[in-house]
Amino acid sequence: MPLVFAGVCSHAPGIVGRADQADPLAKQRLDAAFRDLRLQLEASQPDALIVVAAEHFANFFMNNMPSFAMGLADYYEGPIENPEWLGIEKTRIPGNRSLSERLISKVMERSDVSYAEEWKFDHGIMVPLHFLTPQYELPIVPANINCQGPPLAPLHRAWEFGQALREAADSVPERVALIGTGGISHWPATPDSGKINEVWDREFLNHWSKCDKESLLAYSDSQAYMDAGQGAFEIRTFIAVSGATEGCPATVHFYEPIPIFAVGCTTATVDLSVP
Amino acid sequence: MQKFLFELNRNADFQSRYLSDRRDAMNGFDLSDEERHALAEPDIGLLFHLGVNGQILMHFAAFHEIEWQDYLQQMRDGIAAHGPVREGVYAVTGYEGVDAHSSRLSKTSDAEKGS
Ligand SMILES: [Fe+2]
Repeated sequence: MPLVFAGVCSHAPGIVGRADQADPLAKQRLDAAFRDLRLQLEASQPDALIVVAAEHFANFFMNNMPSFAMGLADYYEGPIENPEWLGIEKTRIPGNRSLSERLISKVMERSDVSYAEEWKFDHGIMVPLHFLTPQYELPIVPANINCQGPPLAPLHRAWEFGQALREAADSVPERVALIGTGGISHWPATPDSGKINEVWDREFLNHWSKCDKESLLAYSDSQAYMDAGQGAFEIRTFIAVSGATEGCPATVHFYEPIPIFAVGCTTATVDLSVP
Repeated sequence: MQKFLFELNRNADFQSRYLSDRRDAMNGFDLSDEERHALAEPDIGLLFHLGVNGQILMHFAAFHEIEWQDYLQQMRDGIAAHGPVREGVYAVTGYEGVDAHSSRLSKTSDAEKGS
């Protein structure tokens, strides 16, 4: 089946873990945005959800770091973090090994991807799932892009990874949905946590919503680091979604900097009906 | 040092070992005396200065029940006491500290508004 849904959202741990420290109205607006995103995802009636994530040294470390990795299991566990710290209970998340195997085999035809039969989800996947599949009933196929430990795969490879994911999703009979999760500008877990470059974010989201390949791939990590923090390396997840939906415009439904959550909180969907 | 924290963050048995004897848990890891000291204390500011990634360090701080704002302040204090981050992601372009960074960013955004 052709891809049934594509979108992006934020995944910062503070969104759930420090929810009580945020401006209650801002938190309500973000919750409403996540609810709308969930309703759009549900309306697409997916059989499985590929989450393009940017995990944070929970499973993959510099001793053997894959640039791209996908999960190959019938279930996963999460969160790996302390449940009280994150505000999300430990649980078992369904996967679909057969679907993963077919997707990974297809992706491998054009993109080098590692696979993992064990995967403990960190906040990068758990926070989106907490909002989007709160009953943990929808099978998940995790897909990771190393956005944490340089050297990082260049942006055009993230784009191509997205294209490979799309080709794979379209090749299976299941109804597959796709969500990318990451921060835009942010300085997570550093003394600068809470700093958000809204101008930079809005410009990036403008390029992203037009699926403007040239502008998206023109970002450099060194400049992004200076202007938007090391958290901006995670734009790879957004760019992968653009690669998967080349030619399709997207709509940013919600963007609001919420400093205690350490990121400009974002939800957006791609209009897959266009091309 | 990051490998030690990566293992500690993932593994409950290792966490118990660390809690019962912090220095003993470090056996088998390639660590300098300064690193062992920072991990045993724990000295969050020194660990940040030495180059531990915040995505690893914040879980170590949470494990020691250091509250979020205290965690941020201890990193700032570490930079003030020991100087810029020595290695890793934050040293790539020189971690300059919060105030310098804020003032440079506001200059950038003022310039963008003006243009
Ligand atoms: Fe992240």
